[in-house]
Amino acid sequence: MSQTQLDAPRLVRTQPLLTARNVSKSYGSVPALRNVSASVFPGEVLGIVGESGSGKSTFLRCLNLEETPDAGSYTLDLPDADGNLFDLDRYARRMLCARQIGIVYQNPHLGLLMKHSSSGNVAERLLVAGERRFAVLRDKARAALEASEFPLERMDAPPIELSGGMQQRVQLAKAIALEPALLLLDEPTTGLDVSVQALVLDTLKRLQQERRITMVIVSHDLGVIRTLADRVMVMRRGEVVEAGLADQVFQDPQHAYSQQLVHAKL
Amino acid sequence: MSLILDVRALSKGFTMHHLGTRVDAFHDVSFVLQAGEFLLLKGRNGAGKSTLLRTLYRSYLAASGQILFHSSHGEIDLVRAADVDVTFLRRTEIGFVTQFLVARPRVSAEALVAEPLQRAGRAPAEALDEARHWLQAFGVKRDLWPAYPTTFSGGEQQKVNLARALILPQRLLLLDEPTASLDASARAALIDRLADLKSQGTAMIGVFHHPGDVAALIDREIDLTPDQIPEQTQNMAEDMERTDVVV
Repeated sequence: MSQTQLDAPRLVRTQPLLTARNVSKSYGSVPALRNVSASVFPGEVLGIVGESGSGKSTFLRCLNLEETPDAGSYTLDLPDADGNLFDLDRYARRMLCARQIGIVYQNPHLGLLMKHSSSGNVAERLLVAGERRFAVLRDKARAALEASEFPLERMDAPPIELSGGMQQRVQLAKAIALEPALLLLDEPTTGLDVSVQALVLDTLKRLQQERRITMVIVSHDLGVIRTLADRVMVMRRGEVVEAGLADQVFQDPQHAYSQQLVHAKL
Repeated sequence: MSLILDVRALSKGFTMHHLGTRVDAFHDVSFVLQAGEFLLLKGRNGAGKSTLLRTLYRSYLAASGQILFHSSHGEIDLVRAADVDVTFLRRTEIGFVTQFLVARPRVSAEALVAEPLQRAGRAPAEALDEARHWLQAFGVKRDLWPAYPTTFSGGEQQKVNLARALILPQRLLLLDEPTASLDASARAALIDRLADLKSQGTAMIGVFHHPGDVAALIDREIDLTPDQIPEQTQNMAEDMERTDVVV
């Protein structure tokens, strides 16, 4: 079992937005997550790093309620999220995710309908949450695309006609359209060229500062994590080997694997 | 005067797993610091002065000992405090000033300087006005204010960094060679600002390559040079890696 920040001495009595305790998941005989715990406070950005196959994305999918782990609990400190969220049925999960959890995938094909308009993709999130008025759908989709710094003159273009950076902005607009409490990001800048990557990072940083959105971001790129994250969790073979403040993990990593990871950065 | 910091038997070493060794940085350091006091850390190169500052800021994890910080919300041991509390205190009560700027892509110098004020709840326009005031005070050229500091010279970046680090009065300020490579006028502006913050009650701990720069501010000194040269490395059997702060 691992400790969370809640087990350390506390000064300010705020409650974490997200608390996951001892989450374990296996695919057949292969363990993907072993007793993973994490707590994220409102407005915090948690970065998750680790080698391929370390369980980062599996953990993120559990937080997005796409996966049900074999054991463990997951709570969100929100009025419409009672008890262990892993116990919710499919419909309740879908409604909670539509309202409170946004996600941006590395592969836009997972998050977008590639042949529908970009504004329609964003509006779809609003429709799931129950909005039916066309003018409101259109206005909210436009506002979310604008906040994601998407060029509005292209809002009716389908994502398949857009560049990778633009597709990520549509995913981001869809994810924030309902002002979720939690934003999950799975390798959001991987595969983008450096200048587009800087634009997406800047947009995320601005959204985090202006809206105080709580974020969990998974990335192989330590520079991305260093730019965005307040805290970092290092995973290896399905386990958390180290977690701490971002500057501490990068400047004074304690675990042998964390040291190897930090020293391997170009 | 009120107590700000009570450091007890603090030790720090670095475990280098790939070499199977541990290097001691400093051992069994104790001191107290009152509001408005300025403590100078002295010692030869490698004595652990900057390492002590980073340990106090929790960028480095102490191996043992206590850092009892008397915040406006009560006393807390920074060695074992939850990350969320350390982040909170860094935003509101503990500042760290280095000579290096952490610039972000597409963020202007004035926005970077205004950020700590905005985080503390100041209105954006007001924060920007004060940021411009401090950029001017530290001698950053006016036409650079809306530009991105990633492209600035080292000296200009350092001035932006000082303006950002000192814009918000803190309860405790840690200074890691902030005067290094500053021109005379920026150095004078820095010393004026430090004197001003000290008179407002900010406690300071500093490492200075030329302590003469801040001679008028210094109240006490601690020499971290050990009496005898310590054993530099230890076997992993004596490893003191922290394992109690996780997730």
